[in-house]
Formats: sequence, structure tokens, C-alpha cells
Amino acid sequence: MNKIKSKFRLYWPLIKSLQTALLMVTGLAGYMSARCPVTTRPTMLGLALSLFLTISGSTILNMWYDRDIDAKMARTAKRPLPSGKIDPTEALRFGLIISIIGVAIAVAMDALYGLIIFGGLFIDVVIYTIWLKRKTAWSIVWGGISGGMPILAGRALGIGTIDWIGIALMFAILFWIPTHILTFSMRYREDYKNAGVPTFPSTYGDNFTRNTIAISSILAAIIIGLAAYGIGTDWGFLRLMAVLSGGLLTLAIASIIKPSETVNFGLFKYASLYMLSAMILLMF
Amino acid sequence: MKKISILDRILLLITGLLAAYQIAVGIDGTGTLAMSAYTVSFGVLLVAGLLLIILGFDILDSPLVVIISTIIPLSLSLGLVYEYLPSWGNIYTIFVIIGFLLVIYSRYKMTSKLAFIPIALVHGVSGMIIFLLPIIYSIQGKTPNEFVWVGIGGALIGVGGLLLTFLKSGKPILSKDTILTVLPALLLLMTAAFVFGFATA
Repeated sequence: MNKIKSKFRLYWPLIKSLQTALLMVTGLAGYMSARCPVTTRPTMLGLALSLFLTISGSTILNMWYDRDIDAKMARTAKRPLPSGKIDPTEALRFGLIISIIGVAIAVAMDALYGLIIFGGLFIDVVIYTIWLKRKTAWSIVWGGISGGMPILAGRALGIGTIDWIGIALMFAILFWIPTHILTFSMRYREDYKNAGVPTFPSTYGDNFTRNTIAISSILAAIIIGLAAYGIGTDWGFLRLMAVLSGGLLTLAIASIIKPSETVNFGLFKYASLYMLSAMILLMF
Repeated sequence: MKKISILDRILLLITGLLAAYQIAVGIDGTGTLAMSAYTVSFGVLLVAGLLLIILGFDILDSPLVVIISTIIPLSLSLGLVYEYLPSWGNIYTIFVIIGFLLVIYSRYKMTSKLAFIPIALVHGVSGMIIFLLPIIYSIQGKTPNEFVWVGIGGALIGVGGLLLTFLKSGKPILSKDTILTVLPALLLLMTAAFVFGFATA
């Protein structure tokens, strides 16, 4: 029992629980946005389980592949893989097994849903992490696309096809990702520099990065608003979403006009809170 | 600067949730202009509460605080005027726009002594409207008695506004730490009073 507990303690940080939870919420929001009587318990459980396993699996596989660069960054050097607390082969096997189980559950539930979930896993691990992350700062676009897959998959499971709302929701996540990742890469620029990972701040400078964050925030807010309108979200919730979007835009613009570490950190945290709130509003 | 505590964060979170609730449910029978004004007011409360939770009290050092804290009473009073004194709507809209622009101008272009004048004028007029209008209307029987809670919220917002304004002007009525200790509770009570009062409007 103690051995299982200690293993759990070691593996839990590998799945980045907050990030996994946020992506799961996007998938559930996409599904519940279908608005038909689809929220049956077995389907909801299957959806949650397949998303949890696949997202956790892809995160473990990313951590396994990135363990060399994680060891060079102060922020990540103490993670279980770079610090040698977990055997890399064991982590690789575990990541592969839970990813396969997650995709298998998804395919068993619905072929289209399973295909999108597999697409998200493939784009995240193979295209983003293995192929592009160490080559170009623009790799975050692919990270964004893979981040948008759970919500697209959830929507597809709910309505049985891919519609413009599902695509819009995916793009909303895609445009939200820079607000999240770029503020992060500005905060930890030295870490990324030490690891040799190209980022927007190191490649194009802070001004370009801040402008990118502001523009992508505006696009994310507009697209999520359009999608919410298309879904038929209640006017009161649309009003609330507009207010929260206003806060995001104000912070993004403030980061251009009066850049500071405080505004940058505020924007980073607010962006996560904004996305979580927007997803909850889409559910009802 | 006082560090934000867990209790402060909880109080601010409840404040934010109450403001979010008010924005989402709206106010029955309220016109579009009044509802828009109320939404701005509660929206600023919501976003400000979230930023305080995220960044702590350090954010209050920003010169923008005076400007942003002016939006809340201005937009709330504008909503009340649109709803209950529609014949004064246009004149008060002009007052709100000029007053707000003057507050912005005063922050960057006026000496601290002169800057106090537009702030006192804007807060004074809007605060009196929020405080007196609901009380007078309740007494006259034009609104339910519970609408008086909006006036109580107005009194609380006046207290909060005065504390922050004097603090920012360098002549605090209470010590900075005391103000920061009571601020989250004050914001919560104020928002709760508004939400309760509007629920009966």
C-alpha cells in the first residue's frame, strides 16, 4: 500500500493536474454545449475518463521526452523525471499505456470523438513536443491546436458531427493559449534560454510578444463570444462573458502601455481564470 | 503593505460571485440603458475583486485605482437615474462623461490639491444619488421597502471611496493597514446590499 502511495506521489506531478483539469473542463463544456439531453451519467463518465487518461498520458509523454531540457531549467529541474526519482522507461510505458486506454475508451464511445482525441494526442506529443518545440517559437500554434482538441471532441460527441461552433470553440482555445504560454515564457525567459528552447520573447522581443498576447486575447474573446451566441447561451451569461472578456482585454492592453512583471503575472493568472469561467458559462 | 490573507481572498471571491450573479440574472423590467450602466458597475467590481485576489493589495498602489473606483458609483448612479429619473437622463449622462474625463485629467495633469476637486465632486454627486434616491423612493412607496438596501450599499461605497481617496491623496483617515483590513469586508457588504436591494426593485 505504501509503495502505491509513494508511486502516486511521484507520478501525480507528471500529469500537471491543474492544466489537465482545465482541459477536461473544456471538453465537458464542448459536450454540454450541445444542449440536447446528452448529459447521461455513463457518457459523462466515459468522456471524463477518456479525457483524463489521454491528456494525462500526453503530458507524461511530453515530460518523458523533455526531461533533458527540464533538467536545465530551475523551474522544472526538480520534477520527478529530470531529478531521477522516476525511471524514464517506466514513465514512458505508463504514459503510453494510459494514452492508449484513453483513446480506446474514446473510440469505443464514438469513432469521430476518438479520432479527434487521437489527433490531439498526436499533435501534442509528436508535432509539438518532438518535432517543433526545440526548433521554432511558432510551435505554440500546434500546442494551441492540440489544446483546442478536447473542446472540439466534446462538441463532436454531443452533436455527432463537426460544426462551425466546434471549430470556433477550438480557435478560441488556440487564441487563448498565447496569452497563457507567452506570459509564462516572459516570466521564465532565462530558464528557456538556458534550455535552448526558442520562445517569442527570445526570438522577436518583448514588444512583439506583448502585441501578440493582446491581439490573440482580443481574438479569443471575440470568437468565444460568437460561439456562445451560436450555442444560444442565455443573455445574462453573455453579459457576464463580455465583462470577463473586458477584464482580459484591459490587462492585455495594460501590458502593452505599461509593461511590468505585476501586469504580466496578473494577465497570466487572469487568463486561466477567464477560460475556466467562460467554459462554465458555456455549459449552461 | 499588508499581505492579502486567505480570509480576504474568500471575502473577495464571494464579492465577485455576487457581482457575477447580479450581472447574469439582471434586474427584472429594467431598460437597456440602465441595465448596461449597472453591468458596467458590477463588472468593474467583479474584475477588480478578481485582480485583488490574484495580485494582492499591491495593486492598490496603481494610479489607475482612483479612476477605476470612480467608474463604480458613476455607472451605478447613472443606471438609477435612467431607471427612476428618466427626464434627467441626458443631463446626468453629460455630467458623468465630463466628470469621468476630469478625474482622468486630474490624475495626470493636476497638482494633488486641485485633483481632489473633481474627485470630490464626482463621488459626492454620484454617492448622494445612490444613497438618497432608493431611500426617498422607498419612503414614498414608489419602490418596495427593501430597495432601501441599495441606499445602504451607496453609503458603504461612499465610505470605501472616501477611505481609498484619502489614502491615495496621502492624508489617510485611518492607517493603511486598517483600511486594507476592512476593505474586503466592506466590498462584500456593499455588493450584498446592492444585490439584495436590486432583487426587490
